Amino acid sequence: MHGTRILDEADRLMTVCNSCRYCEGLCAVFPAMEMRRAFSDGDLNYLANLCHACGACYVDCQFSPPHEFNVNVPQTLAVARAESYAAYAWPQAMSGAFARNGLVISIVAALSMAAFILGFAVLNDRDVLFGVHTGPGAFYKLMPHNAMATLFSAAFLYAVLALVMSVRAFWRDIGPAVGGRADGGSILQAIRDAGELRYLHGGGVGCYNEDDKPTDRRKLYHHLTFYGFLLCFAATSVATLYHYLLGREAPYPWWDLPVVLGTLGGIGLIVGPIGLFMARTRRDPALLDEFSYGMDVGFIAMLFLTGLTGMALLLLRETSAMGPLLALHLGAVFALFVTMPYGKFVHGIYRFAALVRYAQERRTAA
Amino acid sequence: MSSKYDVLVIGGGNAALCAAIAARRGGASVLVLEGAPKFYRGGNTRHTRNMRCAHDAATEILTGPYTEEEFWEDLLRVTGGQTDEVLARHMIRESKDILNWIVEQGVRWQPSLGGTLSLGRTNSFFLGGGRAMLNALYLTAERLGVEVAYDAEVTDLVIEDGMFLAARLKRPIDGETEIRATSLVAAAGGFEANIEWLKQYWGEAADNFLIRGTPYNRGSILKMLLDKGVQKVGDPTQCHAVAIDARAPKFDGGIITRHDSVVFGIVVNKHAQRFYDEGEDIWPKRYAIWGRLVAAQPDQIAYIIFDSTVVTSFMPTLFPPIAGQTVAELAGKLELDPAALEKTITEFNAAVLSGTFDHTILDDCRTEGITPPKTHWARKIETPPYLAYPVRPGITFTYLGTRVTREARMLMADGKPSANMFAAGEIMAGNVLGKGYAAGMGMTIGSVFGRIAGREAAKHARN
Repeated sequence: MHGTRILDEADRLMTVCNSCRYCEGLCAVFPAMEMRRAFSDGDLNYLANLCHACGACYVDCQFSPPHEFNVNVPQTLAVARAESYAAYAWPQAMSGAFARNGLVISIVAALSMAAFILGFAVLNDRDVLFGVHTGPGAFYKLMPHNAMATLFSAAFLYAVLALVMSVRAFWRDIGPAVGGRADGGSILQAIRDAGELRYLHGGGVGCYNEDDKPTDRRKLYHHLTFYGFLLCFAATSVATLYHYLLGREAPYPWWDLPVVLGTLGGIGLIVGPIGLFMARTRRDPALLDEFSYGMDVGFIAMLFLTGLTGMALLLLRETSAMGPLLALHLGAVFALFVTMPYGKFVHGIYRFAALVRYAQERRTAA
Repeated sequence: MSSKYDVLVIGGGNAALCAAIAARRGGASVLVLEGAPKFYRGGNTRHTRNMRCAHDAATEILTGPYTEEEFWEDLLRVTGGQTDEVLARHMIRESKDILNWIVEQGVRWQPSLGGTLSLGRTNSFFLGGGRAMLNALYLTAERLGVEVAYDAEVTDLVIEDGMFLAARLKRPIDGETEIRATSLVAAAGGFEANIEWLKQYWGEAADNFLIRGTPYNRGSILKMLLDKGVQKVGDPTQCHAVAIDARAPKFDGGIITRHDSVVFGIVVNKHAQRFYDEGEDIWPKRYAIWGRLVAAQPDQIAYIIFDSTVVTSFMPTLFPPIAGQTVAELAGKLELDPAALEKTITEFNAAVLSGTFDHTILDDCRTEGITPPKTHWARKIETPPYLAYPVRPGITFTYLGTRVTREARMLMADGKPSANMFAAGEIMAGNVLGKGYAAGMGMTIGSVFGRIAGREAAKHARN
């Protein structure tokens, strides 16, 4: 018996699957399962986070519902995954944020954006807030650079700390690898596997979404979203270097590196989340954790909002809308940062850790 | 849905879909009638995982060549010569091309699954298993314009002078209860799920059989064809039967209820008596005799008994073993006579000679002085907990079928070929397999004769 009902069910399914093994060529979950004969809580959380929810094993399974064996690996692991996020949350007092995640994310986002607008309004004169500012340092007329850097560094560092502590709990819980130990090779392998979403591929033909045809485009939209996010992050990093190393202050002209990176990333962060949301709404409910709708959509919405406000700010930065848009954008980014450890963002961290563990085990088995 | 098709395919498994695709590619209009609901489509194909095809060189997923001659020798050996050589050699030759053709229909291969390395050279495995293979075939068929109807139970075939005219349906499709077609491909499997029919040959014992595939494999099409003058082939009492877990569901438990632990222990019946040499030969070669052996025991039940030392020697099982700290406790849980089981195990242990255990070869661990002996892999059962799996006969498929020509054309009882009726798959497997079995041959028969039947049926329809 395990700690939770869903882990009991995951154990039952892995026992069924381990006596069948037809799906071992589809992804990483089943080969990892085959290295074990019994499953601890940590093993099941590892397998749950290794699953990319492509749906192939459900469509290919001769024992999926309505069969009496009722084998539904994608849904069971989706629920187990969501519960594992709460179980590993740091500090533990925050694990409740996963229970009604959509609501939590919405409130934090709303408060954050409201706080920035209010702060801008209180601390700036009306003609500054709605004024037209151009040239280097334009943004900092509304909020001093040092204040901005301090606030966002603090939020970001907190997020990093909470994520590190969470993934540490996960790594401890999943126990030692079957055979191997973490090394550079397995981390490189995991970076490749995560970077190309190797296992979000339905065993090669593509993922499944609304029916048994492998026509799902989530991989493309996920790439747009993920690389969009990275490009935006790179844009911010480059701008920070410009500021401190070259003494060049934002805003930068459209052809300059931070703006080019940010524009490409922003487009990704608008198109990607829309695509992911549309795919999410079409998905066969049989494959989904019914309780994670808020978490899934909340995170998609935060990324979309970040991209949208960022692009709006870029397009309208030389108008009187710049002040309010800057407040909205900063509010969105701040909310994104502080909710990172308590929302869907963590899926990427745990999955990456699981891929590292899998790469270790594979290298040992080979 | 038009009222008349070039080719009507009855059945929905590998053979049926290969026939439908081949017929459609041959230019025919095709309707597939699958008697099962969509989820259970495909009969036994749902539970398959590989196919045995001849090939002259190693491939990406096959570790070495498997020549036509070697395939033929294997077939000869497993059937004890009960095969139609012309037909079998034709099938083996055609199987070479199937390896590529089936991929063109969307099926994907993978190297042999963990625990099946012995098949790595001869058998190609379906990525994702048999249902994945079926899904690919259905997608291809539908893309080509093959029409498919589910829950489409056929109640009668209209056949005159060896000529198929129409099929009658239990439930109308688009208002039609009769489907006419120029050619018929019957690919509707055997009768393993038809307990009443099995009882004709097995008596009341058949009530204790478990059926490894869906409840829809009732053999109704086979029966109609034989009743309407098609020549039969194969021994009706022959079936592929393995020992599966007695706790498995009556139908459709599939592969996961199997047990591979016989060679690691002993097998006793309800009187706690051993009845057959558990170490006769390498397990994959003896896997398929245990269904019949258990079927011959009282109440068709037996128990594989072993101890804790061998528990990781075989694939993990769906149902956990039943455990007892003493032989008597185990016997109690199995509802066997404790004294009898203790006596059997004590006598067995006393008869075990020491040797070097190696389950991959015919090792020298054997018994002396007991009947039946255990001629290999005999080791004492003495380390608690004592463990057991209860097993019953699990029926995979039957061998009775319709006789066909090389063109997969049915022969009538008078020896004349039918004008427009073809058969493929399990419904005609008895032409090639008089008895016995080797892994993957059922799918070879299905794909090869399915493709031939579809091609010939389309050719007939278009002439």
